[in-house]
Amino acid sequence: MNAPVKIETTLKDWETDQEVRWCPGCGDYAILKAVQRTLPQIGADPANTVFISGIGCSSRFPYYIESYGFHTIHGRAPAVATGAKLANPDLDVWLVTGDGDGLSIGGNHMMHVLRRNVDMQIMLFNNEIYGLTKGQASPTSREGTRSPSSPLGSVDHPANPCAFALGSGARFVARGFDVSKKLPDVLVAAHAHKGAAFIEIFQNCIVYNKDVFDDFAAPKGAEERQLWLENGEPMLFGSEKTGGVKGLALDAAGPGLKVVTVEDDDWQAAGVVVHDVTNRIIAHMLAELPFGPFPMPLGVLYDDPRPTFEAAVAEERRRASEGKVASLAKLLAKGQTWTVDGTAADPI
Amino acid sequence: MASQAAEARPDASGQNISQDSAPDAVTVRFAGDSGDGMQLTGGQFTLSTALAGNDLATFPDFPAEIRAPQGTLFGVSAFQINFGSRRINTAGDAPDVLVAMNPAALKVNLDALKPGGLIIADTGEFTKRNLDKAKYDSNPLEDGSLAKWDLLAFDISELTVEAVKPFGLGRKDALRSKNMWTLGLALWMFDRPREPIHQWLKEKFRSKPDIAEANIAALDAGHAYGETAELAGPLKQVHVPPVESAPGLYKTVTGAESISLGLVAGAQLAELPMFFGGYPITPASAILHHLSRLKEFGVTTFQAEDEIAAICAAIGASYAGQLGVTSSSGPGIALKTEAMGLAIMTELPLVIVNSQRGGPSTGLPTKTEQSDLYQAVYGRNGDAPMPVIAARSPSDAFECAIEACRIAVQYMTPVMLLTDGYIANAAEPWKVPDPAEFEPFPATFLQEKNAGEELLPYARDENGKRPWIKPGTPGLMHRIGGIEKAQGTGHIDYSPANHQAMTDARAEKISGVTVPDQEVALGSTSGKLAVVGWGSTFGPIHQAVGRARRAGMDVSHIHVRHIWPLPANLGDLLRSYDNVLVPEMNTGQFKTVLRDQYLVDARPLTKTSGQPFSITELEAAIGKYSDGIDGNEGGEVPVNDTQLPSPEAMNP
Ligand code: SF4
Repeated sequence: MNAPVKIETTLKDWETDQEVRWCPGCGDYAILKAVQRTLPQIGADPANTVFISGIGCSSRFPYYIESYGFHTIHGRAPAVATGAKLANPDLDVWLVTGDGDGLSIGGNHMMHVLRRNVDMQIMLFNNEIYGLTKGQASPTSREGTRSPSSPLGSVDHPANPCAFALGSGARFVARGFDVSKKLPDVLVAAHAHKGAAFIEIFQNCIVYNKDVFDDFAAPKGAEERQLWLENGEPMLFGSEKTGGVKGLALDAAGPGLKVVTVEDDDWQAAGVVVHDVTNRIIAHMLAELPFGPFPMPLGVLYDDPRPTFEAAVAEERRRASEGKVASLAKLLAKGQTWTVDGTAADPI
Repeated sequence: MASQAAEARPDASGQNISQDSAPDAVTVRFAGDSGDGMQLTGGQFTLSTALAGNDLATFPDFPAEIRAPQGTLFGVSAFQINFGSRRINTAGDAPDVLVAMNPAALKVNLDALKPGGLIIADTGEFTKRNLDKAKYDSNPLEDGSLAKWDLLAFDISELTVEAVKPFGLGRKDALRSKNMWTLGLALWMFDRPREPIHQWLKEKFRSKPDIAEANIAALDAGHAYGETAELAGPLKQVHVPPVESAPGLYKTVTGAESISLGLVAGAQLAELPMFFGGYPITPASAILHHLSRLKEFGVTTFQAEDEIAAICAAIGASYAGQLGVTSSSGPGIALKTEAMGLAIMTELPLVIVNSQRGGPSTGLPTKTEQSDLYQAVYGRNGDAPMPVIAARSPSDAFECAIEACRIAVQYMTPVMLLTDGYIANAAEPWKVPDPAEFEPFPATFLQEKNAGEELLPYARDENGKRPWIKPGTPGLMHRIGGIEKAQGTGHIDYSPANHQAMTDARAEKISGVTVPDQEVALGSTSGKLAVVGWGSTFGPIHQAVGRARRAGMDVSHIHVRHIWPLPANLGDLLRSYDNVLVPEMNTGQFKTVLRDQYLVDARPLTKTSGQPFSITELEAAIGKYSDGIDGNEGGEVPVNDTQLPSPEAMNP
């Protein structure tokens, strides 16, 4: 693969002439802007960038980005993207999916694109509901979610997207939310990661699941309820204003981590863990931390690249072809053959 | 196609090899336990037969279970080969020779054997235990129940153990060479050289020279046994002279091989790298296996997580500018259906190979059927037209694969190539073509805007084809998807007039695909009866029509390759016959298409037993058109237990 050439663009260059058709106030607008802000920042080339999506509100995304776009079928975007990336590893592929598209009908493909580690950014817009089909409970809906398909409240247990991604073998797992100012930073980190980069983006469906993320995403109290992870930095949240600085320390007795209070900025004394994005075990703990007793871990939970699938496939093909001449005539005549002389009639 | 020449050639049949030492065709069936290596024996016998210059056709028939319990009726694996000094189109109806390696193999296959045919049985396996497993009350080798056949029973097991003694193998390992001993005997019987098999064994067991030598010893012992046994019993050496063939280089191919080669050739003619997405399924996996060894031809093979991902990845690759190919069998094709719609909607090239098997659902994984024709032609949501091509034999599948690639690229459309379990597994001689004789159809990609300042991804050329635009091309950024698109721009557009126009455009594009005019495979272009076939029924239909014509009947054989769109002249051609009979291994699917398209009174002749038509079944059906009984035409072929391992025996 050639080193990607950085191209100078502005946010405007990434806007299409298509009328955006999400409901007014939908979190998707904010995500669209964050992506359009990120693309110039990373020097992306519109001609080389491909957005591939499945079906659902989120999956309309490609129509609104001035690059190549493929709006595929429900759940199958990871498979289409895998084929495109294998065919042309130089493409910069972004996958856009949702909780229903990516974890329900397309859960299997999601697992395998992560396991294989195909180089692409996978943005899973998690609004915990089926929006486009008018509000049914989704695989990430919280227990008891009332919806047209679960009028008495859903009774099935939700999936945890980041835990699913880690369990599938993802080498990059991050979280952000639609209106967060830090979302572009998360996207930049995802893009910098070579391999499948999974980003769960909490997204407010203001029509069918309004403000379900307010308990941590609302500006008020955010400091105390959001833990923004930074590689090499202690896991601190809260401030004097919110009743003191706190941090996460190891705890063999509990879920692996516990909240500790930091006195006089001495986080070392409190035993606060320094975030190491290559620590897979800690990443699992962070993904599983129950919100409420703990803040919501956001930012890059895990980032530890390993060789990509498309590179391995290309390398395998190179090795298999080494020293071989691709002669079709020779191939057709390969194996045990015999020659017929004379001038008999054509065979039937 | 040299149909006249074929007709002029003698087509004797039904001769008994014990009555005639130089028959022009012989059918041999090797049957044993699935662990006995019968497919291997058959495969190597096929090779030596091909090298001896005979024409041939084979029919491997094996159980769905990988290791069915030993000695049981449903664990029987058989390999039939028909070879001769004349053109061979089928694997033969009734065998002249049955090699039965155990009681179960004898029981399952006996009814198929020609009266007067030869049974070669291994007495070493006719133990009480094995007789019980095969549900024999008494030993058929001894109780006289085999009187209407010639019987040659001797202890192959013991003779094999004896032959490989110098190699110090345990009894169990020694017995593994039984199939080679049997092969040696068969080679002697039909006067075949042993040298190629020696070579093959040495190659196969390169890392274990001992095993190679033991197998060679067993093979030679079987051969030597023939010479001695000839003096005493019913065993006679038979010489089948080579068939007359066009000069050239030949080899044997199975359908799976020739399809793989055809796809590689097709991609090269289109000047495209090929991307093959597959998922393991019987009997289609062989194509994935073949292609994964051809990476130097720009082939990428991808074993996906499921059938849907396999086709979707192929679509993704086509989108990115390669020739996407996927392959499966009935149930897997069903899973791919929605994605086919996406390829139709986005108008991307794609080849879908369907190796049909008995259905519905899991059905008969290892048995053959032609019951996916509706699925291929009609089986998608929405008005979703797609070209369909059907291969008629292993060697024909090569050209069909190229044709599928051509249409896919020239019309930006998915194309389905229909084959079946029979074609995929059967082998026949193939005249190796010269690639220089193929006409290339290079794919072209749009490099700059195609409407002045504007890009129109859904502008159409005179064939109704849209441009192929690779992501990565500067200045041509655009969006496509499965949602209805506006003519020209490809933007989302649900408006009534647009959907009407796009539906029409998609339909016109496919109905306008150029396919060659339909030719008559045998007979004349009008007359009393046309027997219209498609796919792997070619062989038996051709033979049956040939025989009926020689018997003075006015009957012709038409074999359709292009199932959709149909050849432009087909309607008129069919109307020029008084009667149209459509034999199919399904309940009458192509018949329905022909009736619908042409309003002709096509009559079905159907068979769904998981086995190919026999020539005699077709002859009988053709005969009804001259028996003077009105309304007696067409119908269903009754299940014929004598032609094949009986269903009862297979599923006790
Ligand atoms: S339904 Fe919900 S997710 Fe969909 S566009 Fe409207 S607000 Fe956004």
